[in-house]
Amino acid sequence: MVALSQERLVSSADAPARRSTPPSFDRLFRLSSLGSALLVLIVLLGIIGAMIYGGLPAFREFGFGFITSSVWNVNEDQYGAWVAIVGTLSTALIALVIGVPLSLGIAIFLTQLCPPWLKRPVATTIELLAAVPSIIYGMWGLFVFAPLFANYVQIPVSNIVEGMPIVGTILYARTPSGVGILTAGIILAIMIIPFIASIARDILDQIPSVLRESAYGIGCTTWEVVRNVLLPQAGVSIIGAVMLGLGRALGETMAVTFVVGNANRLSGSLFDPGSTIASRIANEFNEAIGLQLNALMALGCILFLVTFTVLVLARLLVARVKVG
Amino acid sequence: MKILSYAIAAGLAVASLTTTATAADITGAGATFPFPIYAKWAEAYNKETGNRMNYQSIGSSGGIRQIRAKTVDFGATDAPLKGEDLQKDGFVQFPAVMGGVVAVYNVQGAGQLKLTGEVLADIFNGKISKWNDPKIAQANQGVTLPNASITPVYRSDGSGTTSVFTTYLSQVSEGWKSGPGAGSSVQWPVGQGGKGNEGVAALVKQVPNSIGYVEYAYAKQNSIPFAQLQNKNGKFVSPEAKTFQAAAANADWKSAPGYGISLTNQPGDEAWPITAPTFILVPKTPEKPEQVAEALKFFDWSFKNGDKMAVELDYVPLPSKLKDQVRATWASEIKNASGQAVFTQ
Repeated sequence: MVALSQERLVSSADAPARRSTPPSFDRLFRLSSLGSALLVLIVLLGIIGAMIYGGLPAFREFGFGFITSSVWNVNEDQYGAWVAIVGTLSTALIALVIGVPLSLGIAIFLTQLCPPWLKRPVATTIELLAAVPSIIYGMWGLFVFAPLFANYVQIPVSNIVEGMPIVGTILYARTPSGVGILTAGIILAIMIIPFIASIARDILDQIPSVLRESAYGIGCTTWEVVRNVLLPQAGVSIIGAVMLGLGRALGETMAVTFVVGNANRLSGSLFDPGSTIASRIANEFNEAIGLQLNALMALGCILFLVTFTVLVLARLLVARVKVG
Repeated sequence: MKILSYAIAAGLAVASLTTTATAADITGAGATFPFPIYAKWAEAYNKETGNRMNYQSIGSSGGIRQIRAKTVDFGATDAPLKGEDLQKDGFVQFPAVMGGVVAVYNVQGAGQLKLTGEVLADIFNGKISKWNDPKIAQANQGVTLPNASITPVYRSDGSGTTSVFTTYLSQVSEGWKSGPGAGSSVQWPVGQGGKGNEGVAALVKQVPNSIGYVEYAYAKQNSIPFAQLQNKNGKFVSPEAKTFQAAAANADWKSAPGYGISLTNQPGDEAWPITAPTFILVPKTPEKPEQVAEALKFFDWSFKNGDKMAVELDYVPLPSKLKDQVRATWASEIKNASGQAVFTQ
């Protein structure tokens, strides 16, 4: 990075001597790129404004209760976001618990252990996963993964844990349909792995190899190098990568709508159906009128707030590392 | 939303500029349920007349919003608008085609199930939770039903299908009426939600001992077993063209403004209890009378030539007496600024 920007400085210092375009073009160019940048900002502000404006009637009607109430009754125009908020957070959390260790494993394997001939195929496959449209994950999740998950996980696990304290609730499927909060979390994990893995790989690649070589030089095992040298070096940046993955998991809509079960109920079991903010909006927006539309907009505001917070935290963490 | 409708309007404007001036292009938007048949009619109509009908299946409430914003020539909705809304917005409403909703199930060894409306409501309400419940057994003598929990499966997306189904449940069950009630999405006390007909069908196929509801056409084309239901006259009937038509035959279409009656739970020995028409909305005094005239021309053509196509796609054509009533409504109610009917035969 440093080397690159120094090079730029040198060439821009040389620039006046070689200038062949008139200065007015320069100004036009500057203005048009400023315009492009501002456009993004205006669109963002417009979206926020439209969502707040659309959601305001719902916030005004229900106040703080909109967040804490778990009623969602279209016929009586009573809306509360709690079930959807819990569903969003729990599916995203499951995705992280499953996805982060796998992503780190992929990144460490690719940068430290992988034989050179295997590096490119594995890396390409991971990147291809990121390019699969989310509707495909949803269809695959519902038609292929869910039946397998029901037969080989939900039913056997439920039979084992039935009647046990705590796990008997968390891992008991009253109706082993294969869809539910856990299934949504697993699908989300598969979806965020490529993001976290490829960023983590870049981060690990950037660590000067002299560090790694010195550690091996004093007789460290691969595990010790990874655990005591690489991960501490990359730590905060990796948290940034995880946050980006979390951002995606929170907002994912189509895939989750297919596999989350779409029930407006809170349940102690991970196998039970639930709903997320994004899936609720995807389900109901088409046919929503009046206060229901406002409530969906308000849900959108809440999701925006949560995702925005996560992304800002990620930026801050990554920025801190760059400064350090 | 407004921005979206502007965008769509702009898109349409561009589209209409690029087509030739000789062929008339009309646009409609709304209900997803009749989309396959409207598309089929549009295709055949285009072949015969060269005129195009572009239908966007964006959902009933989207269709109502679009016709209110005047970005389309006609709107389409599954749930009829009420008389006062039609009055307020200055719309004329008429039915275009009908369809049925059926209860599909996945119960090992059950064969052909028979259900009463009340039992169906109790299942979706969670009051009947086992397949071997005596209330189910009563109507299914000779069938051994398993001692297994029932998993009801419903549409998670707001839909006209749900609206029709819950309207029926409200008519046959007091408990349903005072509980979840009728609407395009309701608060389901039990069960799981699938997105769209395909989502419900997939869940029913995958989950043993489940029961769901889908459009008849979807169940038939995917050969999912469906239950016989008891109608208002106490007879058990199967969903088929004959029983849908029987439901429409006995209906008093003039009893509600804009033909906005519900065909659920109609009397008649052969009537299928969950039958529903789907509706078209056009402005009473259109700003662009020639466009509305073209839209009516399209539906008039479809009424004349489209019955066979409708039956092929498992929809139910309107009875011919009703078609004539609808045509009379067009002539007497849809007028241009100088008071002349915009469309005449």
